[in-house]
Amino acid sequence: MMDKTQKYFDKLTIRFAGDSGDGMQLSGKLFANAAASSGKIARTFPDFPSEIRAPEGTLYGVSAYQVNFGKEDVHTPGDEVDILVAMNASSLKTNLKLLKKGGIIITDTEGFNRKNLRLSQYEESPLESGELEEYNLLALDVTKNIQQELSNLGMSPKNIKKTRNIYVLGVVFWLTGHDISSTANWLKEKFGKKPEMLEANLKVLDAGYLFGQRFEGLPEQFIIDDASMQAGTYRNITGNEATALGMVAAAENAKLELFLGSYPITPATEILQFISSYKSFGVRHLQAEDEIAGICSAIGASYGGSLAFTTTSGPGLALKVEASGLAVMTELPLVIINVQRGGPSTGLPTKPEQSDLLMSVWGRHGESPMPVLAAASPGDCFHMAYEASRIALKYMTPVILLTDGYLANSTEAWKVPDLNMLPKVEVQLADPAEPYQPYKRDDDTLSRKWAVPGMKGLEHRIGGLEKADITGQVSHDPDNHQLMVDLRQQKVDGIANDIPLLKVEGDTESDCLILGWGSTYGAIESAYKILNEKGVKVAKAQLKYINPFPQNLGDVLKNYDKVIVPEMNKGQLATMLRAKYLKEVIQVNKVKGIPFKAMEIASEVEAIIQTETELV
Amino acid sequence: MTNILEEISKSCGCDTTYKPADFKVENDVRWCSGCGSYGILSQVQKILPELGVPKEKFVFISGIGCSGRFSYYVDTYGFHSIHGRPIAIASGLKLARPDLSVWVATGDGDCMSIGGNHMIHACRRNINLNVLMFNNEVYSLTKGQYSPTSQQGQVTKSSPLGVLEEPFVPAGLALGSGATMVGRGFDRDAAGMKNMFKAAHDHQGLSFIELYTNCVIFNDSAFDPFTSRQSRKEHTVNVEHGKPLVFGENDDKGIIMDGFKPKVVSLADGYSVSDFLVHDQHDVALAYIIAQMSYHNPELPRAMGILQSIVKPSYDQLTEAQIAHEQEAKGKPDVQKLLRGKDSWVVE
Repeated sequence: MMDKTQKYFDKLTIRFAGDSGDGMQLSGKLFANAAASSGKIARTFPDFPSEIRAPEGTLYGVSAYQVNFGKEDVHTPGDEVDILVAMNASSLKTNLKLLKKGGIIITDTEGFNRKNLRLSQYEESPLESGELEEYNLLALDVTKNIQQELSNLGMSPKNIKKTRNIYVLGVVFWLTGHDISSTANWLKEKFGKKPEMLEANLKVLDAGYLFGQRFEGLPEQFIIDDASMQAGTYRNITGNEATALGMVAAAENAKLELFLGSYPITPATEILQFISSYKSFGVRHLQAEDEIAGICSAIGASYGGSLAFTTTSGPGLALKVEASGLAVMTELPLVIINVQRGGPSTGLPTKPEQSDLLMSVWGRHGESPMPVLAAASPGDCFHMAYEASRIALKYMTPVILLTDGYLANSTEAWKVPDLNMLPKVEVQLADPAEPYQPYKRDDDTLSRKWAVPGMKGLEHRIGGLEKADITGQVSHDPDNHQLMVDLRQQKVDGIANDIPLLKVEGDTESDCLILGWGSTYGAIESAYKILNEKGVKVAKAQLKYINPFPQNLGDVLKNYDKVIVPEMNKGQLATMLRAKYLKEVIQVNKVKGIPFKAMEIASEVEAIIQTETELV
Repeated sequence: MTNILEEISKSCGCDTTYKPADFKVENDVRWCSGCGSYGILSQVQKILPELGVPKEKFVFISGIGCSGRFSYYVDTYGFHSIHGRPIAIASGLKLARPDLSVWVATGDGDCMSIGGNHMIHACRRNINLNVLMFNNEVYSLTKGQYSPTSQQGQVTKSSPLGVLEEPFVPAGLALGSGATMVGRGFDRDAAGMKNMFKAAHDHQGLSFIELYTNCVIFNDSAFDPFTSRQSRKEHTVNVEHGKPLVFGENDDKGIIMDGFKPKVVSLADGYSVSDFLVHDQHDVALAYIIAQMSYHNPELPRAMGILQSIVKPSYDQLTEAQIAHEQEAKGKPDVQKLLRGKDSWVVE
């Protein structure tokens, strides 16, 4: 065995790409888990077609999973790829443009047979044509290697083929200096009841690792130091799982039952799936017949005294609009989670966008104010779901939480919070000893008290018709309607006193602020680092509360000559800022169904600053 | 997690001796004078004291339309909701709070049209709700357009030349959707309504009760053949479990089965009551046949009463059972452990 050298990096990006059936999502997830549990910071992004299983080998059937990992400053899944795993010709063709010049390609030569080449529309094999000269090509005969490795097990060729992704993962583990133990443990749990598959997978994992060690085509290992993370318990978590857990934690701390009424819709469906597996926690759910029944059943459960929520994505939010107005009118606590995807109509089901902001803030009939929050990272989905619940219960109001397909599916290492250290969740329950006035309000919060069926002596009727102040009787009185409209607005506006001020970071002396919201957080963080290293002075801030805005937002905007607002839409936050603060802001928009790259934001910001300077 | 519910159960009354007046509201009831809904309201208020349920555990959820106002008119917990959605709201409430007695007041427009999807799925799930569908075969609160139960040819404001569509048979739709209890009655029949309301309350699962409700303004007397004293006996048959299907002015007619077709026969033709079809409320095929009688053959009488009542576990019972099973299998819930997950690691 020849000596291998070790090269050190701050961070690396690996992209696992292959056919939809090649198990690339799994390879990516297992790699991310191994990287994170060995002390790196990892961010991931799955990129898959909306078809379940497109025909094998085709360009449109390619599924990919990207992992960016390093010891610090890992806030996105990475702009450019260092190591590309491409299991077949189509996955190479569609992903090569993401690979850095000089980057490594790992392929299975079997994936470049005549049929695969035809489907990928290569005239001749790129492995032989010389067109990959600018890269380090490692064309492995994965299929042959695993066949040899598993020849004694008497497995079908089909089942043998299923282990290709694990073999390649073994190779990548060696290449990046990770040990295979976390994946081996995962396999033991997964295939506990299928000893043959377990043995096969463990064998090929090991074989892939050893192959890397011995193969002369792999002279170097790419090593990253462990991250210096705060002490604590960590796990990798996706935005969707974090959202589900945030709701469970809020219910626990509020001492309420949790109820979810939901209809499956990409990319929100997983939240329903997670919740449905929490039955032992007493969590109840209804997979409703449609989106409207989803939110309505949650309103019913809320009326009954549960912490109730509904989950959806854009088209579903559109259907929930009338019922969300009912929740506004009845002033019941409710959390509406919208995992945004590309629109309009069915749009891009598996791709993220931030284009439901205006619908969330204003998209109901009548004057129908509703708090709107946005999560900034996968782990932050937990805290914002918890925060949405806290606000909903304290202020007796429906609250919309915006996440998106990118947060929903990507992972980050998340410090597991201590339930006892989370903010207090107050419930505005009516006092059975006092006569009940359904629309009598708390002086500070303006919230009404919650009287739940079963509370003796507090029987009352509520509903969607306008309510008389205090008594809650049906009222069509013009002055009363004006008063109630004003009160509902004041209640929501007042929440600004109960949320954190916007924190500006970076070079606060600069005259340029990058202001983002939601999932652009990571790209803005990384863009800021890039600009900082170049000596470009900018400040940055991320909005997580959009209705109401933080109290200091107007002052923050005044402090900067140039406010640059990157959004994955045509300028929805920018519109709101102009409308409310009469502040001209500079838009940076991308509506491609893919998140911003850090470099895109950095270069746009740099160009804006330079243009302004030249004009002076 | 529960604490709110514990508080409630502490405060909940054991006193279940009420009078109908205890369920009457102080505010005015604002239906048109002569509206059939008054009759339904009055029977509901009469039956509630007899059910042995603390007053604060009743909830009435209604949709939109004249029937939608119902929830304002019963002095207990009530929720007047939005177009077509009361069943969806009631489903969430019942799942969250199986301890409550949940009633839905809905209309033929609310339930069969905009809310049709929720209605069929609630039947399929067999959620333990009591659904009272006020059927006046017209849209009244929007002032006189045809509804999904309007008769073909019916002239309304939106069908000046007559309705072209076939109407739904509400009871048939409920049966076809898997409702476990289905009944049919009418606003003038106090005894029949009381009997069905009591049965609906006792029934564990979805009870769907269609009630012909006279609209004095837009569809007056539409149900007279089935509901007026003069013609009722000739045009309706009261079905009762284990009893033969006898009807007619002098109880001289009956139904027999000719293959799968019900047929009217008369004692005068030499038939005896023992020849008549006997109602079996547990027979789902028979219920469907009886529910359709008179819709496609006007010679047949329309069936009133409990058409079907079968016992199947309700969705809310199954949910509670699943939770109990999971809690037994997995032990005491530990949310902190759930947050940690399976693949966590510790940084010192």
